[in-house]
Amino acid sequence: MNNSTVKKLIPLLVLATSCAATAAESEISDSDRIAQYREMISDGNPADFDEMRGEELWKSVAGPKQATLEKCDLGKGAGVVKGVYTELPRYFKDTGKVQDLESRLVTCMTTLQGIPEEVITAKPFATDKKASDISSLATYVVGQSKGIKMAVSTKHPQSKEAYEIGKRIFNYRAGPYDFACSTCHATSNVRIRMQDLPNLNVKKDAQTAYASWPAYRVSQGLTRSFQWRLNDCFRQQRFPEPKFASEATVALTMFLAVSANGGEYAGPGLKR
Amino acid sequence: MNAKLIMGLAVSAALASISLSAQAGNTAEGLDAKTAEIVKRDFRDKGIAKATRVNQDELQAMCSKYVDKLPAKLKTRLEAGESDAIKWPADGKYMGDWKAGEKLAQSGRGMTWSDKAEDPAGGNCYNCHQLSAKEIAFGTIGPSLLNFGKIRGNTEANQRYTYSRIYNAKAMNACANMPRFGHMGILSEAQIKDLVALLLDPESPVNK
Ligand code: HEC
Ligand code: HEC
Repeated sequence: MNNSTVKKLIPLLVLATSCAATAAESEISDSDRIAQYREMISDGNPADFDEMRGEELWKSVAGPKQATLEKCDLGKGAGVVKGVYTELPRYFKDTGKVQDLESRLVTCMTTLQGIPEEVITAKPFATDKKASDISSLATYVVGQSKGIKMAVSTKHPQSKEAYEIGKRIFNYRAGPYDFACSTCHATSNVRIRMQDLPNLNVKKDAQTAYASWPAYRVSQGLTRSFQWRLNDCFRQQRFPEPKFASEATVALTMFLAVSANGGEYAGPGLKR
Repeated sequence: MNAKLIMGLAVSAALASISLSAQAGNTAEGLDAKTAEIVKRDFRDKGIAKATRVNQDELQAMCSKYVDKLPAKLKTRLEAGESDAIKWPADGKYMGDWKAGEKLAQSGRGMTWSDKAEDPAGGNCYNCHQLSAKEIAFGTIGPSLLNFGKIRGNTEANQRYTYSRIYNAKAMNACANMPRFGHMGILSEAQIKDLVALLLDPESPVNK
């Protein structure tokens, strides 16, 4: 990140605080506000800090085995990071499972570095303005797929099954409000209060929504991962909490990623 | 029927059953069952949002299975069941205080894992509906209710209709996207009356 980017970030952060305070009364829709942010930081996004942090973590020794993640296989062979995100989730032979980026990072951190899974998944999301390692790592990895088209395959029978299950979870109504993802994301041009909702059954919306995560949340001052996005939507759905990187969340991600196929990956994004 | 034909039928029946069992996991039913299994395993209690919330009642299960497009007979049966379960106000009155109704309509709080058990749930109405002309931050998942009472009239039949809609929107449209506020115990009878007043009272900002 260069000097001019940092300078541009300062007014952005000021804007963020004032917007958060007035969001409910504001007349500008989120999409307009986001366009304003984008303009202001046309050559930089605070998520860049997280990307750099993730790259450092990727290359640093850690865990009982004192190893780096540089031999981690994210689908295109050990150590390959370039473009991998556009083909995730995918089936991995060594685990016999379909995995998204974050569940695969858990695999690498446990096998290569010897960090126990419970330690990684205990606090997988950033809290109190502090980044989490796994989400910084994810931000670094996705950054290496910028500008590449999403091309997630359902050729493997388990990938196909994950897609089908993900589609069912998308439409799974339950809880005190009878909500499913589809309650909020299967109609075009609707919003909740002033927040525009993508219709994730429509290719263009799915591409824009999916290909812009992980993202820096201006209102929270944090970079958020896709697992976090799902987690917070399940909260709004009045559901219990999905286990981090569980089969349910990976299947749902598979469904959404395939829906976004053909769209150019544009993350890490920037959101209200 | 000759022997050859019988043999042929037997063979094709056997083949059909082989290919069926090989694909058992990939039939719609197999996938539905596997989805239910995964969902029951992969969610956990957090705060007031207990893992048992993923268990579906029949209406939720059918709307999921048919992606909100129910076969006509099933739709009629489910709606009749929801309708029969409506608890009408014992005093026969449907209208409460529109000012309390407006407060409820504004509140988007309630029943998420970040809400506390002692925090009362709001109505979330503005999340999905336009109501008072003054509130411009309204959602559009539901129809606009601006001037609802002015347009429909504040008759007893309309009060009863509005009460039932808020109590259980699924009594009229089984897979509607609106929560069943009374049926699921989100709002009390008195709160629903306040909302009926918000929608129908001529003094309410909805009708000004
Ligand atoms: C009660 C409403 C509601 C439900 C149910 C819901 N969402 Fe969301 N979703 C939102 C809102 C509101 C936003 C905009 C988020 C924001 O700015 O905080 C959003 C944003 C998103 C985004 C990011 C869009 C973008 O362009 O950044 C994705 C992807 C998404 N939701 C997926 C899902 C999935 C998958 C489910 C089901 C697990 C789901 N949502 C359930 C309300 C909901
Ligand atoms: C998650 C979205 C959502 C929420 C929250 C919601 N509604 Fe609705 N509402 C709808 C939808 C969708 C419809 C259309 C119902 C249908 O499809 O049959 C509707 C319909 C209605 C109707 C019937 C309108 C007519 O033309 O007859 C009334 C009255 C109503 N809502 C009142 C309320 C009130 C009061 C609240 C708050 C307590 C509320 N709604 C909360 C989505 C919502």
